[in-house]
Amino acid sequence: MSNPASAGDSAARLRDPDTEGEYRFSYRALAPDPGPPAAIRAVDNPNDEGGKIVVSWEKAPGDNGIFDAVRGYLVRRSEYSDSGFYEITRLPMGSGAFSDASLKNGKSYYYRVGSIYPGDTLFATETAEAIPEPQLFHAKRLVVLISMLLFTGAAVFLITHARKGGDLYVRPIAGISAVDEAIGRATEMGRPILFVPGLGEASRVATIAAFTILGRVARKVAEYQTRIIVPNYDPVVMTICQEVVKEAYAAAGHPDAFDTKDVYFITQDQFPFTASVNGTMLREKPATNFYMGMFYAESLILAETGFASGSIQIAGTDQLIQIPFFVAACDYTLMGEELYAASAYLSHEPQQLGTLKVQDWGKVVSIALMLIGSTLYLFSDRAASMLTEWLIGG
Amino acid sequence: MTSGGIWFRLANLDRRWVYLVIGIVTFLPIIFYIGVPVSITPEVQAVYRKIDSLSPGTVIMVPMEFGPSTMAELEPMARAVLRHCFSRDLKIISTALQIEGVILMEKVLRESAAEYGGKYGEDYVFLGYKPYPDIVILNMGENFRKPFPRDYYGNNLDDLPMMNGVANYSNTACIVNINSTSGVDYWINYANGRYGADLALGVTAVIATDYYAFLQSNQIFGLMGGLKGAAEYERLIGRRKDIANRSMTSVSVAHLFIILFIVVGNFAYFINRGKGRA
Amino acid sequence: MRREVPLTIVFVCGAFMAFQYFVPHYVSAAVYQYALNWTIIIGIFTLAVGIGSLIHVHYDRISRRKSTWLYSIVTLAGLSFMAVLGILSPNALTDSQGLFMKMYFYVLSPVQATMFALLAFFIASAAYRAFRAKTVLATLLLLSAVIVMLGRVPIGDMISGWLPEGLRISDVARYILDYPNTAAKRAR
Repeated sequence: MSNPASAGDSAARLRDPDTEGEYRFSYRALAPDPGPPAAIRAVDNPNDEGGKIVVSWEKAPGDNGIFDAVRGYLVRRSEYSDSGFYEITRLPMGSGAFSDASLKNGKSYYYRVGSIYPGDTLFATETAEAIPEPQLFHAKRLVVLISMLLFTGAAVFLITHARKGGDLYVRPIAGISAVDEAIGRATEMGRPILFVPGLGEASRVATIAAFTILGRVARKVAEYQTRIIVPNYDPVVMTICQEVVKEAYAAAGHPDAFDTKDVYFITQDQFPFTASVNGTMLREKPATNFYMGMFYAESLILAETGFASGSIQIAGTDQLIQIPFFVAACDYTLMGEELYAASAYLSHEPQQLGTLKVQDWGKVVSIALMLIGSTLYLFSDRAASMLTEWLIGG
Repeated sequence: MTSGGIWFRLANLDRRWVYLVIGIVTFLPIIFYIGVPVSITPEVQAVYRKIDSLSPGTVIMVPMEFGPSTMAELEPMARAVLRHCFSRDLKIISTALQIEGVILMEKVLRESAAEYGGKYGEDYVFLGYKPYPDIVILNMGENFRKPFPRDYYGNNLDDLPMMNGVANYSNTACIVNINSTSGVDYWINYANGRYGADLALGVTAVIATDYYAFLQSNQIFGLMGGLKGAAEYERLIGRRKDIANRSMTSVSVAHLFIILFIVVGNFAYFINRGKGRA
Repeated sequence: MRREVPLTIVFVCGAFMAFQYFVPHYVSAAVYQYALNWTIIIGIFTLAVGIGSLIHVHYDRISRRKSTWLYSIVTLAGLSFMAVLGILSPNALTDSQGLFMKMYFYVLSPVQATMFALLAFFIASAAYRAFRAKTVLATLLLLSAVIVMLGRVPIGDMISGWLPEGLRISDVARYILDYPNTAAKRAR
C-alpha cells in the first residue's frame, strides 16, 4: 500500500474489499515523465517605460493541477548568450510567465527556464533573448485617447452653445428645491446651518460638487446673516471650504461677517470626526444639516443624530452603499449623479451645464456599447471579449 | 386604552425603546451562548480550497487594511486565514495600508505566527504602512522593494531569508486581501487587472454586496463577507468555538428583531392609516 | 492676473497628467512620479495647516470660556499627550508594553469600535421609522431586505430548512445577490 498522501497531493480514497482496509491512490503514479518547460520566449514588455522583459513558457509535463509533480519553476538570466547565467527568481507551480523589471534599456538579456521536481531541476535547452525599450505611446489606449478627445470636444461645443444662450435643460431635483427653504427655516429659527463636505479628498468629484453647493448655500447664508458651520475631515478640503465661504460672504457684501473658526478641521480619523460632528449637532442644534460629498459607514450615525436634534437634513452622495441610509434618515437625498447635477442646477454656469450634458451623452454611448456587448456575448464569447479588450486597452 | 391608541403609540415609539431591545438581544446571546449552524458558501469555500491546495513553502500575500472600528468583523477573518496559512507552512507577506490599524494588524500577524512557531523573516514578513495605497499597490507589482525598501521593523528586505527571489506579485501564489476600505478597488484594478495576480477578498458585510460582480467575472476567486464569512472560514479550519462563530447567535437574533421592528412598524402604519391617524 | 496665473498652472498640470496616461516613456513616468511625490509632501504640510486650525478654534473657545470650553481642553490635551508620547517613545510602534500601545489598545481602539457599534442601534431605529411599504416598489425593497437579512445569517436556514433546496431563504438571498444586485452594481 502506498503511504498516506501528504496534504496537497491529488488523491482518492478507495476501500479494499478483502481486508476492509482503506488506502489512498495517488494520481502522481500516472504523471508523465519529468521534463523541462517548452517554448521559452522573451519579449520586451509593450507599452511601458522600458526596463522590463516578459519571459513566458509552456508548462512542464505534469503541471496541470492534477498531478502536482512539478514543484515550481526557476528562471535564470545572463547578459551573455552562452554563459554567466544566475538565478533571478523561483515561481510556484502553475506559473507560465514572469516579468523581469529594473533592467537597462537597449541591452540584450538572455533567459533560461527550468522546472523544479523533487529530485532535480530540468532546464530547457533553448535560451530566449530580448532587449527592453521604452515606448512613446501606449498603443492599447488609443481607443481611450480617441474617446477622451471626442468627449472633450463635445464638452467644449456644448459649453460654447450654453454661453451663447442656448438652453440646456436640467430636470428639477427635489432636494435642490428644498435648499432655499431649508436656509430660510434656519434664519427664522435663529439657529445655524451645518454643512459637512464629506470624507473625501479635494480631488474627488463628489467633494468638488460639494464645494459648489457650499458656495451657493454660503451666499444665501451671508445674505440672511445666518451662521454656517463647516467641520472638515481633510485639511486641503478645509482650506478650499474656507476660501469658498469667504468669497461667498464677500460676494454678498458682508466680508466682515465671515468667521474662519466656523470652517475648521477636526481629524482625519473617520469615527472621531463623526463623534465631533455629532457633538456639534447636539450642542449647537442646527436647524438644517447638509451632508454633501463622500460618506462611508458614519453616514447613518450622522443622519440619525441630526434627526434626533430636530434638524431638516439634505444629503447628497455618490457612495451607492450609503444612499439607502441617507434615504431612510434624511428629508431629501441627492442620489449619485444628482449630486453632480445639483451644482450645475444651482449655479446655471455654462461650463457646468455643458459638462453635465456631455456626461449624459457619454452615458448614452456607454449604454449603447453595453447593449452591443451583451448581444455579442449571446452569439460569440470570443468576439465580445475581443471588443471588451479593445475598448478597455491596457 | 383602545387598541387604536396602542398602534398609534407603537407607530411613534420613542427610539430609546428600540435601542434598549437591540442592546438586550445582542448582549444576552453572548452571555448565554447557544450555538447556531453556519452553512458554508461557495465563495468562502473557494478561498479555503485555494490556500489548502498550496504546497508548504509557497509564498502567499495577506495584506490587511482595517482599523479598530471594523476589527470586530475583520480581525476574526484575518486570524482564521492566517492560522490556516501558518498551519500549511506557507510563507506570508503582509502589508497594512490603513494608518489607523497598523499596530492592530501587526499584533494579529505576530500572534497568529506565534501560535504555530512562525519565525519572522523566515515564515512571514510584515512590510507595514505607506501612504497612498493606490501607488503602493501599483509599485508592488513591479517590486516589493520599490515602495518598501525596508520592512515595518526597519530590516532591509534583501536581508530577510523569505524574500530571497521574491520580487513582486508574480512570485506569490495568490493575494487574500482583508480590507474594510474603498482601497479594495485598487487591489482589483492593479494587482489583478494589471498584474494578473489571483485575488480573493475579505471585506465587511456592508460592502461585500459590491463585489459579487467581480466574483462572477472571475476577477476575484473568492469572497468572504463580514462576520458570517469569518465564521464560515473558522468552521472550515476546524475552529468552531472561535469568536466569529460564537458571535453568530447575537447577529442572528439582532437581525430577527430588526425585522420584527420593521413588521410591527408597518402594521402600526397601516392600522393608523386605516383609522385616519397616519 | 490673480485668477489667471493659478488657472493656467492648474490647466497645464491637469493637461499633462491627462496626456501622461498615454505616454509610458520613462521620462514621462519620472515626471509623473515627481508630481506624486510633491502631492505627498503638500499633503503632509496641509495636515499642519489642519492641526493649526484645530488648535486655533479650541484655544479661542478656552480663552473666551465658551459653553463647551471644557471639551476643548480635553481635545487639546489628548492631541498634545499622544503627539508628545509618540515622539518621545523611540519604539512606540513596536513596544507592546509601552504606554503608546496601551493608549491605542485600551482607549482609542475600544472608543472607535464603540462608535461603529452605534450603527447597530441606529439601523434598527432608522429601519423602524422609515421602512414603510407605502408603494409597490417600497414593498419589493422591504421584502428583499428581509430575505437578504435572514439569508445572510444562520437563522435563515434554521427557519427555512424544511423547504427544498433552492427555495430556502439563504438560496433566495444568494439569487438576489448574484443577479439583481450584481446587475445594479455593474450599472453603477
